[in-house]
Amino acid sequence: MNFLDVKDLKIHFPTDDGLVRSVDGLSFGLERGKTLGIVGESGSGKSVTSLGILGLHKGGRARLSGEIWLDGEELIGASSEHVRRLRGKKMAMIFQDPLSSMHPFYTVGHQIIEAYRIHNDVSKQVARKHAIDMLGRVGIPEPARRVDSYPHEFSGGMRQRAMIAMALSCDPELLIADEPTTALDVTVQAQILDLMRDLQREFNSALIIITHDLGVVAELSDDILVMYGGKCVEYGTTEDIFYRPEHPYTWGLLGSMPRLDREPTERLLPIKGSPPSLINVPPGCAFHPRCPYAERTKGKADTEVPALAETEGGHLVRCHLDRAERQSLWENEIKPVLETQ
Amino acid sequence: MSDNEPLLSVRDMEKHFPVTKGLFKKQVGAVKAVDGISFDVFKGETLGLVGESGCGKSTTGRLVTRLLEPTGGKVVFEGEDITHMSQGRLRPLRRDMQMIFQDPYSSLNPRHTVGAIVGAPFRIQGIKTEQGTKKAVQEILELVGLSPEHYNRYPHEFSGGQRQRIGIARTLALKPKLIIADEPVSALDVSIQAQVVNLLEDLQNELDLTYVVIAHDLSVVRHISDRVAVMYLGKIVEVADRKSLYSVPMHPYTNALLSAVPVPDPKARKERERIRLTGDVPSPLNPPPACRFHTRCWKAQEICRKVEPPLAELATGHQVACHFPENAPDQTPAPAATAG
Ligand SMILES: Nc1ncnc2c1ncn2[C@@H]1O[C@H](COP(=O)(O)OP(=O)(O)OP(=O)(O)O)[C@@H](O)[C@H]1O
Ligand SMILES: Nc1ncnc2c1ncn2[C@@H]1O[C@H](COP(=O)(O)OP(=O)(O)OP(=O)(O)O)[C@@H](O)[C@H]1O
Ligand code: SF4
Ligand code: SF4
Ligand SMILES: [Mg+2]
Ligand SMILES: [Mg+2]
Repeated sequence: MNFLDVKDLKIHFPTDDGLVRSVDGLSFGLERGKTLGIVGESGSGKSVTSLGILGLHKGGRARLSGEIWLDGEELIGASSEHVRRLRGKKMAMIFQDPLSSMHPFYTVGHQIIEAYRIHNDVSKQVARKHAIDMLGRVGIPEPARRVDSYPHEFSGGMRQRAMIAMALSCDPELLIADEPTTALDVTVQAQILDLMRDLQREFNSALIIITHDLGVVAELSDDILVMYGGKCVEYGTTEDIFYRPEHPYTWGLLGSMPRLDREPTERLLPIKGSPPSLINVPPGCAFHPRCPYAERTKGKADTEVPALAETEGGHLVRCHLDRAERQSLWENEIKPVLETQ
Repeated sequence: MSDNEPLLSVRDMEKHFPVTKGLFKKQVGAVKAVDGISFDVFKGETLGLVGESGCGKSTTGRLVTRLLEPTGGKVVFEGEDITHMSQGRLRPLRRDMQMIFQDPYSSLNPRHTVGAIVGAPFRIQGIKTEQGTKKAVQEILELVGLSPEHYNRYPHEFSGGQRQRIGIARTLALKPKLIIADEPVSALDVSIQAQVVNLLEDLQNELDLTYVVIAHDLSVVRHISDRVAVMYLGKIVEVADRKSLYSVPMHPYTNALLSAVPVPDPKARKERERIRLTGDVPSPLNPPPACRFHTRCWKAQEICRKVEPPLAELATGHQVACHFPENAPDQTPAPAATAG
């Protein structure tokens, strides 16, 4: 059994306009010391998934079903109180915008100290020493002085570091980072990605990194899950996704992105249309209105939801095309265009 | 690109925002948002403007379109000095120079229909009849990949990418000569970004447009630009054609920026040689003296803290402001530098 196992997770929100199927049958596993990247466009259900794992939908209007197993314990059925105690200690989260998750009226140090003392029975002095130590570890200069600063006195990069320090202060075994660097400049993003990689090695925690940036996932992930319309459409090792992708949506993402590591292309290859509404998810394969190969699936594309099927060595693909056809499309039509243009 | 007169020419342009304190708004300092920059934009080309948050890219865009008035230097458009031109005299010029903004939602009035939004420039300038306006708007909508039936719909009925198309349609209404696009795709999803980038390129070819594209995404800028200018803390530190800038970057900051971009290739994470900068971008309120990059530069020497390196042409069309440039044919400091 994996350290984290998510099985057929569904998170739906009843709204005035209808039921929002934000996450619709998601399954994946993650071991300690490994990094899973979750990629997908805006509104594909990435953040709702991570909040679901942390139990942050509990008590709200969300309808949850399925199973979330963390270190042998099931969380969906567990009490909010119990999940709250696991949060911070066993699992923690880093958000895109550190300001929204830090209290503006308390010093950074105070917030780390409080978080630490909830889970550890230590004196304020010991907790303060630990906070200074953590701030130093994430690369805040002069941590003994900066521990008494307020969040607004930090730059964006320093706030993100402080939040990482806060998230790591209780040594969580599962860390979820939701767009941890999207708000940062590229030189600072590089520092934070290096930091996360180093700390994960040191703490041997399981890391989920959520982003829309394929470059960021390629830097950090062992495995990648591609989400579209609340479902996983492709899952595999980072090499599977970048060198042998089999889903037309993954091809679309790769073709849309200008790349610095290749000769400049004449034209980008966008995906037509826009991401689906999660209230009226297109029937059959949710991607079919945008898929250039929908015609080839013998009328199944808009009537039957394709199953997430294993191709080889844990590489999963949700598409009606048969494997030989997908492989030949990739080898003969997609890959040459992406590489030679 | 052409080598005739530039469409837009900027010389030593400055914008210092006063910082005031107390009841009487006593000035206690200035944010040197743009601090003496010079560049040209030639007809038909795309100049990319890159740099990190707060380096002055948007301010530059607002200065050249005269949404802001420079506190120093000069802006010349089609041979005419517009630096301090009155709003009244600027009015006809506003048709020729248009801006596209980052956030496709906040820049569209939610209570106006697409027809009203895209047709507004015609109405304000009073240059078309109502019937003529509707027809013209519908033509523009088709041009940007929207449907003429969208005429009576409201912005909230559109997706982010479609809203950016509406913004672009509005910009195109008056057939501008120069378009300044400030982060035109950064709020959009990757797949939609690519649609809008392609649209901008198609329109440029069809309508013979000249672009200044402001963006922090170096990959997007390389894709779309003919030439690229890199800014750091209110200064231009390097300008070159895109090929030279991306293959033989000379300024240490440009090198660091390029090396920081995560590459979507898992093999690259092992093989790549990286430059890692420490620290954040300093505040433009108290920028470091002389070379502003010296607080983060691994090549900094005494001279970098004392003498500001001028933006000098070190190869054809390749200008760099650095005492010890990378990839330069000759490693001795530029002679002008010592003169100070
Ligand atoms: N509390 C809620 N009530 C109703 N709908 C919600 C709620 N929270 C999220 N949603 C919807 O669920 C969908 C998935 O949202 P989510 O935030 O997970 O997207 P995401 O993949 O993280 O996107 P982004 O890249 O923009 O952050 C969206 O359509 C969103 O509007
Ligand atoms: N009206 C203003 N008053 C005072 N300071 C300002 C004003 N407008 C901008 N600034 C400051 O000028 C500097 C440059 O801002 P600008 O918006 O041009 O940066 P930018 O390069 O566009 O950054 P970003 O990538 O974040 O959009 C910043 O430090 C900013 O805080
Ligand atoms: S099932 Fe059909 S529509 Fe969906 S991705 Fe595969 S080919 Fe495209
Ligand atoms: S002038 Fe000196 S400090 Fe500035 S970029 Fe060049 S080497 Fe670095
Ligand atoms: Mg999100
Ligand atoms: Mg800006």
